Amino acid sequence: MLSKRIIPCLDVKDGRTVKGINFVDLRDAGDPVELAWQYSQQGADELVFLDITATVEKRKTTIEMCKAVARQINIPFTIGGGISTVHDAEALLNAGADKISINSAAVRNPQLINDLAAAFGVQFVVLAVDTKHLPEGDFVHLNGGRIATQLQTQHWITQAEQRGAGEILLTSMDKDGTKSGFDNVLLTQINQLISIPIIASGGAGKAQDFVDVFEKSNVDAALAASVFHYGEILIPDLKAMLKLKGIEVRM
Amino acid sequence: MNQTTPKIGIVNYGAGNIFSLKAALDRLALPYGMINQAQDFDNFTHIIIPGVGHAGAAMQKLSDTGLLPAIKALTKPVLGICVGMQLITNYSEEGNSAMTGIIPLKTLRFNTQLSKKVPHIGWNNVEINPNNKLFAQIANETYFYFVHSYFIEFNTNFTIANCNYGNIFSAAIQKNNFYGVQFHPEKSGQAGEKLLLNFAHI
Repeated sequence: MLSKRIIPCLDVKDGRTVKGINFVDLRDAGDPVELAWQYSQQGADELVFLDITATVEKRKTTIEMCKAVARQINIPFTIGGGISTVHDAEALLNAGADKISINSAAVRNPQLINDLAAAFGVQFVVLAVDTKHLPEGDFVHLNGGRIATQLQTQHWITQAEQRGAGEILLTSMDKDGTKSGFDNVLLTQINQLISIPIIASGGAGKAQDFVDVFEKSNVDAALAASVFHYGEILIPDLKAMLKLKGIEVRM
Repeated sequence: MNQTTPKIGIVNYGAGNIFSLKAALDRLALPYGMINQAQDFDNFTHIIIPGVGHAGAAMQKLSDTGLLPAIKALTKPVLGICVGMQLITNYSEEGNSAMTGIIPLKTLRFNTQLSKKVPHIGWNNVEINPNNKLFAQIANETYFYFVHSYFIEFNTNFTIANCNYGNIFSAAIQKNNFYGVQFHPEKSGQAGEKLLLNFAHI
């Protein structure tokens, strides 16, 4: 059976790993290559690197970091942040990235999803969506949740799937940094809406949150950052617990 | 069994990123080089056909290199990875394309009614033919990393490892010296590295 994936997310800035509390207060948690290697040894199924400053400051994620990771790590990884053209994506793929994730560039130019899928195949294209619940519904937000858009989250994700997104990385901005669990209601709804894999993000605080997200929403993968970076949840313990609960994981 | 030091030739036909494959061979201290023309095959003991993206487009690129007759005539061990594996079958539904015809199997698209989510992305366990050298010292039901929308049909003559994703398909195939794996050994952790080492010592 296809296993559920556990994905540590490494937010990077200037070649160092950082994690924001609700994306604002940044703290340094180490060297991304070293951290990536540690996670691969612990049994992480995949890694996501997000250059969190790239969109705001128009920086490109560093190709060199991508190469350094690909040289040392024997599990797949995704790089996101500041990718706005096919050329940007190609440089990262040639530097060893398995997938690239796009977010605000796709909102500004949805055709980018089609172009990337046509150039590299849908399996390389992860659409990252930051969503926030508003009285009128769920809406896509940009720049780490700072900017609201008119795009209704469910509508945007459905459209992205049709355009050629191969996977959705859905971050609940309401939950992110709260450690109160994933947004299982929204994730369940989105998961029933589409037929491409979903990575749940935002809200992981304890191991039970991962059990809940897989049991309740049946998403394909769950992503977290600080709980892994600060050792609050150890991946071998987490996977043992998931297996005990009858959830398919790679041990 | 080849007792000399293995040297792996990677068929260079422009089908996508091979940085990760080269990185894995570097980590394993397996020497390798690129194959650009037919006489380059003589410089290597083992051959890898990589591949990502569209099988029809990859087949076109491979044909354009003029290397096809030399590949078909190879008697040294050959390993096709992902789309590189699909290239050694007869046919792919992707672009309704003829493949090399080295192994008489078809490459088909996952049915979303059966498999629910396509592409098949992630770690899936495979049932291994325990006698096959490619999987020596790799436990049955080991997880490998897959990322693909098309699969090679299961066949009792050629399937050496199978995987279940809505339907049973070939995770690995073999005919004589030609091997293919649908998963990415270069991204499949220690098990994937062991498989690459096994291949290098066939």
